[in-house]
Amino acid sequence: MAVELLKGNVALAEAAIRAGVEAYFGYPITPQTELLEHMAKRMPELGRAFIQAESELASINMVYGAACAGARAMTSSSSPGISLMQEGFSYIAGSEVPAVVVDVMRGGPGLGNIQPSQSDYFQVTRSAGHGDYHAIVLAPASVQEAIDLMVLAFDLADKYRHLVFVVADGLLGQMMEPAELPPMRPLRSERPDWALTGARGREPRIITSLELDAPALEEVNKRLQAKLRVIEEHEQRYAEQMVEDARLVVVGYGTAGRIAQTAVKQARREGMKVGLFRPISLWPFPERRLSRLADRVDAFLVVEMNAGQMLDDVKLAAGGQVPVDFYGRMGGMVPVPEEIYQAIEGLYAKLPGSLS
Amino acid sequence: MVAAETVIEEQVVYARPESLRDVPTHYCPGCTHGIAHRLVAEVLDELGVRSRTIGVSPVGCAVFAYKYFNTDGCEAAHGRAPAMATGIKRVNPSAVVFTYQGDGDLAAIGTAEIIHVASRGENITTIFINNAIYGMTGGQMAPTTLPGQYTKSSPGGRDVELTGFPMRMAELLGTMPGAAYVTRRSLHNVKEINKAKKAIRTAFKVQLAGLGFAMVELLSACPTNWGLSVPEAIQWIEDVMVPYYPLGDTKVADGVDALMKER
Ligand SMILES: Cc1ncc(C[n+]2csc(CCOP(=O)(O)OP(=O)(O)O)c2C)c(N)n1
Ligand code: SF4
Ligand SMILES: [Mg+2]
Repeated sequence: MAVELLKGNVALAEAAIRAGVEAYFGYPITPQTELLEHMAKRMPELGRAFIQAESELASINMVYGAACAGARAMTSSSSPGISLMQEGFSYIAGSEVPAVVVDVMRGGPGLGNIQPSQSDYFQVTRSAGHGDYHAIVLAPASVQEAIDLMVLAFDLADKYRHLVFVVADGLLGQMMEPAELPPMRPLRSERPDWALTGARGREPRIITSLELDAPALEEVNKRLQAKLRVIEEHEQRYAEQMVEDARLVVVGYGTAGRIAQTAVKQARREGMKVGLFRPISLWPFPERRLSRLADRVDAFLVVEMNAGQMLDDVKLAAGGQVPVDFYGRMGGMVPVPEEIYQAIEGLYAKLPGSLS
Repeated sequence: MVAAETVIEEQVVYARPESLRDVPTHYCPGCTHGIAHRLVAEVLDELGVRSRTIGVSPVGCAVFAYKYFNTDGCEAAHGRAPAMATGIKRVNPSAVVFTYQGDGDLAAIGTAEIIHVASRGENITTIFINNAIYGMTGGQMAPTTLPGQYTKSSPGGRDVELTGFPMRMAELLGTMPGAAYVTRRSLHNVKEINKAKKAIRTAFKVQLAGLGFAMVELLSACPTNWGLSVPEAIQWIEDVMVPYYPLGDTKVADGVDALMKER
């Protein structure tokens, strides 16, 4: 496959197609609409299912249906649409069917605006629907990574029969970058052995999230939690740079992580021992690696395009061993490297033994 | 003396359809959900489609329908059965997909989903149980509750000035170009039950022929929450519901009448 210039949203869509998505259901919303538009053209061309649904509520429930039938299914939206899908997320998680959701986040709360944001961190990692569970959440920082994580999302969804989010922000969705798409995977020839396909020559199968008996539902929850522990064990992902000798580590994901990288490099040029830690899986949060770093760094600086949401996870991982500072922009404002640099400089000056 | 013995050969005239499991249901005595289940199951048997049928249960008294139908099945969120059925059908067009929904499910919380499944002409069949009440939650007003009808959330009787008028879903959906067959039947006597079965049969045949969306609305009794005895409840369907909800077809698209005539 050749490197080509690709827009984030289009790359996400085409990567899903290459990964073998059989059904896409969505509703237009900026800044992810190009994803839906790409699907509108490509899916019918390939003889796969595409519906522009009447709402995000319908989209996610169509995904739920297609997933129950054993097809690789997905939807995409942006923050307000993701809020509307919460019901479906919960049913999908509760009945343990695989599904993939792309959230190209925008500024909130409410209708907010259409500028890039990371304000759905809590929503996707903590409260993607009612009940006790976490979805798997992957956060790319480049178009290439968006492609790679989109493919991974389908594999993880299938492997764990679980809900997987790929979260980008408007910037990543809209920007063009050179990237390479994977080859087209053949569609699965058979539906999985738990799927609803019609009870020909076998007992009927039932997919439900309903269990009226409390002890039985507790067992269901225990099984779900055991699965989540396995995911926590095996699926923590991150990238790091210049952390070996770092006294200060900047923690940022997606676009914020990428902008922070420029600031970190500048700080290095100025002689500061600063590194970058970029979580790729937001859930499971890469806390193992981060708490090991906490053993030897002097401070963390969390950078997000929100009021400080991942901040909580970093504090938990740091376990009170080192100070955790925060720099964020809200409402669709994207930080420039210089502001992050200044935050680094300010915090670095306060580290024990610093000359300031 | 040896008594003369006549051996009468056993003839089964009535049995449980294969599409219905041999399990007790949780429905109240006199509830017509059970009749509706049986009619659907008989039709699935007669059309020979049980083993490629996928049922979508609602949230409502029929929430456990998937336990009663001997087919693959799933449980939708409240009102979302048509969306779920759409997802299933689109990735498995050879499956026979049906939703079974109450009036709160279909005409209140799931209004958008049912209108758009009809608008898209989705090739699915919907069985719509209109019992003019929210049965499962203990008898609150439904969008189909009749003017003046007493419910737990219209304790003075439904006041149309405050709560609007009951919705006639068969008429509404009959206007959708994507709907191939929409009809209203009732379960209050044997004659009507037979007609209801014919309608259900047509609705599934419409799906098999790929003609588009089909829905059978069934006027049903909820003696428990109507606060009536079973005979009174059955009478109430005839006296009060039928006049407001006229029985008959509201949409018969081209090609459907031929299916209706077939045996
Ligand atoms: C989102 C959501 N809201 C409310 C409920 C509670 N609820 C369960 S069943 C029901 C009403 C069902 O009434 P209907 O659809 O008429 O079915 P019936 O029980 O009368 O057959 C309601 C409101 C729910 N389960 N989910
Ligand atoms: S509450 Fe009403 S609808 Fe529900 S099972 Fe009882 S009689 Fe039937
Ligand atoms: Mg009802």
